[in-house]
Amino acid sequence: MLNFIARRVFQSIFVMLAVGFIAFAMFRYVGDPINNMVGQDTTLEQRAELRKQLGLDDPFLVQYFRFIGNAAQGDFGMSYRQRRPVSELIESRMPATLELSFVSAVIALFLGIPMGIYTALRRDGVLSRSFMTLSLIGISLPTFLIGILMILFFGVMLRWLPSFGRGDVVQLGWWSTGFLTKSGWQSLIMPAFTLALFQMTLIMRLVRAEMLEVLQTDFIKFARARGLPDRMINFRHALKNTLVPVITITGLQLGSIIAFSIITETVFQWPGMGLLFIQSIGAVDIPVMAAYLLLIAFFFVIINLIVDLLYFAVDPRLRVQKS
Amino acid sequence: MTQNVLSRAYNSDIFYSFSRSPTAIISAIVALLIGLGALFAPLVSPHNPFDLATLDLLDANIPPAWSVNGDPRFLLGTDDQGRDMLSAILYGSRISLLVGLASVMFSLVVGVSLGLISGYAGGRIDSVIMRVADVQLSFPAILIALLVDGIARGLLPRDSHDSLSLYVLIFAIGISGWVQYARTVRGATMVERNKEYVQAARLIGMRPFTILRRHILPNVLGPVLVIATIHLAVAIITEATLSFLGVGIPPTTPSLGTLIRIGNSYLFSGDWWISIFPGIALVLLALSVNLLGDWLRDALNPKLR
Repeated sequence: MLNFIARRVFQSIFVMLAVGFIAFAMFRYVGDPINNMVGQDTTLEQRAELRKQLGLDDPFLVQYFRFIGNAAQGDFGMSYRQRRPVSELIESRMPATLELSFVSAVIALFLGIPMGIYTALRRDGVLSRSFMTLSLIGISLPTFLIGILMILFFGVMLRWLPSFGRGDVVQLGWWSTGFLTKSGWQSLIMPAFTLALFQMTLIMRLVRAEMLEVLQTDFIKFARARGLPDRMINFRHALKNTLVPVITITGLQLGSIIAFSIITETVFQWPGMGLLFIQSIGAVDIPVMAAYLLLIAFFFVIINLIVDLLYFAVDPRLRVQKS
Repeated sequence: MTQNVLSRAYNSDIFYSFSRSPTAIISAIVALLIGLGALFAPLVSPHNPFDLATLDLLDANIPPAWSVNGDPRFLLGTDDQGRDMLSAILYGSRISLLVGLASVMFSLVVGVSLGLISGYAGGRIDSVIMRVADVQLSFPAILIALLVDGIARGLLPRDSHDSLSLYVLIFAIGISGWVQYARTVRGATMVERNKEYVQAARLIGMRPFTILRRHILPNVLGPVLVIATIHLAVAIITEATLSFLGVGIPPTTPSLGTLIRIGNSYLFSGDWWISIFPGIALVLLALSVNLLGDWLRDALNPKLR
């Protein structure tokens, strides 16, 4: 098991270094960093001085490892557009994205898994059929259209919910939270559901397919023959055995929630990292793009590692084989 | 000759399965209608939305013809610049379809070539290509497309962004989608590589490139067709998403996504038609292509017959 974990950690470090290389190449070679930092009236000597000062004349590998070292300490340079340290910008935007992603993930899991179980157990029920139709819509409607439709119905026509922004936030140290105010929660509802819908339908379909498969196996038939009550068969035996693939896919989906929040944040003008990223693409603000890329890669790698570790907790077969 | 091909097509399994599937027929009709409308947009659309001379700002934001303030000249209403929505949608689907088809072609060529090389060469080349594919696959395609789009913007001079945005977009979406083709083709190539006809071709001294192109390629194209159909729907939606986010097609020659973006800012004043009608066109297009892809996958899968 230790061997396996060590290999996975090694792979993760490799992925981070590769992504770091791309981020560095962007930072260094897309546009001239000096031109983006100084004004028109800077003389050539001053430019050369600055170039030397920033170490842009150093050998490639030296620059690369300096970039990686700085990034590891949270230093991503200055934003071209806003003239502020990138780390400061990201720090001020991160709570909004993480709160939105967290609530969406909770919605996707806590609605998706029960809906999947229900549609698997009552395959022909009216409710099951409507869930399946809903999931077809969830998969084929683009996220931004769902957001627009929600704004149109609940924001513009019914006027129930605010259609943009985060509402009032409370500052807890450097973390700004919308969880403590009523308007914060109201503003969160529509973006969170928009972001959750796609993942929810995926999780629901996955749980349903896995459940249906497990319910066909011999040990479930045997449990029925033994006369165990349905509730016990369905939840104690069947559900438990569907969990392994569900954990894998769900873990990966949670990572992509953070990435997909780019779209939701733009639709609802949610002041998070995704909106910052889109604005930085429009303005060709390379340091912010590079930092966002590294950060997202970091989240993905960490989530993948946790998913791998969860296997050992969930699947006893792995523990027996390896030890 | 044509007669022969037609009758062969008519008697084929695929056509039989097509004629028995109402979903496939309806999707094909919808996709064909939108496709034809897009192709012949200059002929069928009632106005030319790009002709600045015919645009009148007094015509801006007119609701659809059937509502109280509607104007019979503009069936689906007009946008903020007085462009007829129906014409704008027809021209917009043209751009959406063009970007979709071109980026699928791009992914297909890159993915199939790399897959063939990877599967045939094996060894170090194979593992390098597949590692790159693994890393790319662990990120959502839309994120890759956004990044490539952003980098391309950084590399190009600023004043050429609008004129080149179409090609940048095709490149970005194309690059984000090659992995699936490469993986599928690589698997199929590894199977074909060891078959006797390939060994025979190698024995008579054919060059690897010729073997790949003439003998292996035709045998691995089946699954590629299925991937390409489903990928087309994904590419159309990705284009719309990028344009909606403001990093795709500029508003001067709007695609469906750009139209939705334009309409988004008028949603609060109640002008819903500017984004909703292009949205409906987009969903119809993506959904019908998707359903066609699903049907094709089942029809080509011998296990399900």
